Amino acid sequence: MTTPILKVTGLTMDFGGIRALNRLDLDVCAGEIVALIGPNGAGKTTFFNCVTGIYQPTGGDMILTPPGGHKSINLKGLKPNTVTEKGLARTFQNIRLFSKMTVLENVMIGRHCRTHAFIFGAIFRTKATRKEEKEIIEMSYSLLKEVGLAHLADEFAENLAYGAQRRLEIARALATEPLLLLLDEPAAGMNPQETLQLKELIKKIASAGQAILLIEHDMKLVMSLSDRIFVMDYGKKIAEGVPAEIRANPEVIKAYLGEDIDA
Amino acid sequence: MFSYKEIKKTALISLWFVFLTFPIMVIKVDPIERIVRWRWDNAIYVGVGIFFTRFLIEYLKDRNNKRQAAKRSANKESQPIIHSIIANPKQRNIVIVVLLSTAFIFPFIFSTYQTNIMITALMYVVLGLGLNIVVGMAGLLDLGFVAFYAVGAYSYALLNYHFGLGFWAVLPIGGCLAGLAGLILGFPVLRLRGDYLAIVTLGFGEIIRLVLENWNDFSMGPSGISNIDRPGFFGIELSLNGSIMYLYYIMIVLMIITIFIVNRLQDSRLGRAWIALREDEIACQAMGIDKRKTKLVAFSLGAFWAGIVGVIFAAKTTFINPASFTFLESAIILSIVVLGGMGSIIGVIMGAFILILLPEYLRAFSEYRMLVFGGILVAMMVFRPQGLISNIRRTYTFNKDQ
Amino acid sequence: MDYFIELLFSGLTRGSIYALIALGYTMVYGIIGLINFAHGEIYMIGAFTAFIVATVLSIYGFPLLAIVVVAGVAATVWSSAYGYTIEKIAYKPLRHAPRLSPLISAIGMSIFLQNYVLLAQTSDFLPFPELIPEFAFMEPVAHIVGSSDLVILVTTTIIMLILTFVIKFTRIGKAMRATAQDRTMAMLVGINVNNIISATFIIGSALAAIGGLLIASHIGQINFYIGFIAGIKAFTAAVLGGIGSIPGAVLGSLILGLTESFATGYISSDYEDVFAFSLLVLILIFKPSGLLGKAETQKV
Ligand SMILES: Nc1ncnc2c1ncn2[C@@H]1O[C@H](COP(=O)(O)OP(=O)(O)O)[C@@H](O)[C@H]1O
Ligand SMILES: [Mg+2]
Repeated sequence: MTTPILKVTGLTMDFGGIRALNRLDLDVCAGEIVALIGPNGAGKTTFFNCVTGIYQPTGGDMILTPPGGHKSINLKGLKPNTVTEKGLARTFQNIRLFSKMTVLENVMIGRHCRTHAFIFGAIFRTKATRKEEKEIIEMSYSLLKEVGLAHLADEFAENLAYGAQRRLEIARALATEPLLLLLDEPAAGMNPQETLQLKELIKKIASAGQAILLIEHDMKLVMSLSDRIFVMDYGKKIAEGVPAEIRANPEVIKAYLGEDIDA
Repeated sequence: MFSYKEIKKTALISLWFVFLTFPIMVIKVDPIERIVRWRWDNAIYVGVGIFFTRFLIEYLKDRNNKRQAAKRSANKESQPIIHSIIANPKQRNIVIVVLLSTAFIFPFIFSTYQTNIMITALMYVVLGLGLNIVVGMAGLLDLGFVAFYAVGAYSYALLNYHFGLGFWAVLPIGGCLAGLAGLILGFPVLRLRGDYLAIVTLGFGEIIRLVLENWNDFSMGPSGISNIDRPGFFGIELSLNGSIMYLYYIMIVLMIITIFIVNRLQDSRLGRAWIALREDEIACQAMGIDKRKTKLVAFSLGAFWAGIVGVIFAAKTTFINPASFTFLESAIILSIVVLGGMGSIIGVIMGAFILILLPEYLRAFSEYRMLVFGGILVAMMVFRPQGLISNIRRTYTFNKDQ
Repeated sequence: MDYFIELLFSGLTRGSIYALIALGYTMVYGIIGLINFAHGEIYMIGAFTAFIVATVLSIYGFPLLAIVVVAGVAATVWSSAYGYTIEKIAYKPLRHAPRLSPLISAIGMSIFLQNYVLLAQTSDFLPFPELIPEFAFMEPVAHIVGSSDLVILVTTTIIMLILTFVIKFTRIGKAMRATAQDRTMAMLVGINVNNIISATFIIGSALAAIGGLLIASHIGQINFYIGFIAGIKAFTAAVLGGIGSIPGAVLGSLILGLTESFATGYISSDYEDVFAFSLLVLILIFKPSGLLGKAETQKV
């Protein structure tokens, strides 16, 4: 068995008196699509926030192991930008684009942590800077093509339709060349057709070997995409397994009481 | 719009303002001579003034709405003239040549007095561009900008007084000291939330001023430092007129350099990071941008420019004291950036010219300068937050079909 | 020992005035999350209105008690009117704007009001009429504690008690607390949030006006600039106590008043304002949530 890219053990997060995450274990291996599901308020977004360094968890470890025999890193205590640099990139449940920047520029920001030009390079536009800038633009543009937004490259991000904004967030995250892509409810608010497009997009991204951790409420999407599923409720993991196992798990059915997970 | 209902509402609002301003505007007492003056005419001015102002505002709002609706139905965006000129390289070059030659011959056509005013305006252009990096691009509301200006000015004054160092030697030193001060202050405060940052920088600015005022051994207190050398010109003694002209050209060159650098910064990886930081800090960090470092660079670059202009200020007036570095100075520079359009280089330049030159030439109006500056800050935020000239949206041209 | 007690009382007096102003900052911040930069100016306008009204009445020969009452009422009414109007003009249109916009607007408003009073009145320091008489029963301790100190302490204590009562037990106080906690929820349960915000500005301004009246008669002179420094100091106090927290504002104010009093009394009076500013910078850097405030994690 390969070592997982991300291995989270005993992750705990307290907000004052509320325990939003309770000794959570989770792992994602290279090339996998793993889903994290659970009712609203279960702590899924909090999990993302802890892993990406936006919240400092109360306890637990998050070990990132880059494939190819690199040394493991504990993400605990790292700043969000360092976590991204190490190889985790995410989207947000409540879309957080740079609304007064163009679509292309949004993606270009994603290249920031993989590029280097600084004050000197900016002022004197050295050869290296120009080359780097060209590469940033080209790569960002090709990512826009991949998510189907190339024709909107010069629009302001805020003028995009909802579904397009979600896809832009994915492109922006991919621009950081992540080892693991974290998607927080990417299909929320999308109509069935947009959801279908999204499914194709995620498949395409995954087929290139990209590992993905996905939070999603749309069971159809989750069941059809995921290799493995983690289910949580009240901050605790209540089940994990392949889609067929999850579908048959009585605990999960209880947590989702009344909701249709056979969809 | 001129319906009975609207007129009645406007009249009521006017009455409210007459009431509101009554004690301050109408009554004036002389507590020593024990005389009361009732200035009823002021009440009338307020009433009538508010009445028409409100109609004007409503009219403008109305027109704006209609325009916006028309624009939406026509489905294209009209560009301000300035943007279309910039977009067209031929027109742009013509404008630049005209402006440059005007700037060049200005001191030959106009009096020394005018040139002097122009120097001041140019200084504010550069200060505005410096603050624009901090406030406009990086979105850090720095209310203590004047402190760095003071660091520059006092660097030159003191180094000149104690060690006889000349203008050209101190120019980079002053800038660097101010930049360093920015770095030192920025390090602890830049992790604060936006509004706290504003207050801390304000407090810091006041501390610097108060220290300059009270630490006599160091800064010579409120009486300040005089007889500061004017800029040297290859060892030649210049006449007063000559040295003013010289300073004017120094300022022109400095402004051009500043515009060039700020423009390049804005169009760089760093500039994009600043703007992204202004838009959404959390998303920015999640995209791998080091928030602390990026802010710190913006903050101390802005301070650097303030320091440079501070040195020039000391050389221009040959006398400085702490009274030149009050919070109001920071507020003026902020008004320039806000009026022009945060993040917009051309806007800031225009803002500086408008706010500095208008009060100089409309003498009757100069008394109302600060009143107007305050009003501008409010009005711009409420009615036109993007400023006179909003920032141009950068597009990238490249081969799209690889 | 006398000197110590003198400093103690002067610190408490200062502190209780700061508290009257700081409450306005904290209440407004609690409700709309804005540092109302123009709040110091409201206080200055309160002091000016009191000055104008009191001087007019004293020139026309009214008795002291009438002067005190009318000047107090006028200061309160007009300050509240200014607070109300400022909110409507400069802050309400910006409720959904980026966070810095209302702050810039507030700074503009502050500069505007300062210069408005400067132009309509004067830039000179004006002698404020003596509204608080020297009480005979204070005679034996007059060299340590002045009558006006006593009046200020008693008045502010009474006002704090009333305010606590209003916020704890009245309908409007409950609505204010609800709005401060969660504006959307408050709206959903039928609270008219606009009215609550206006009420907050009115109450805060009224408190500042009383502070203005008291300090002006205590110090004996005013000018258009008093609001700026007092405003920043009161803000410092509010942050020190934990902005948004009402007991915090009072606690912070007393600490600041005492610090200033002892620091200027025992160290040096040249740097009086530097103490306050330094305290402000230090708290914001090391404990931005203040003494009684709660540190919050921003929800993502
Ligand atoms: N910054 C925060 N402060 C306090 N409580 C929080 C914060 N963030 C999340 N929570 C709480 O943690 C719990 C889990 O929330 P969340 O992770 O958003 O759930 P999910 O994404 O699964 O719907 C909720 O009860 C929420 O109120
Ligand atoms: Mg969530």
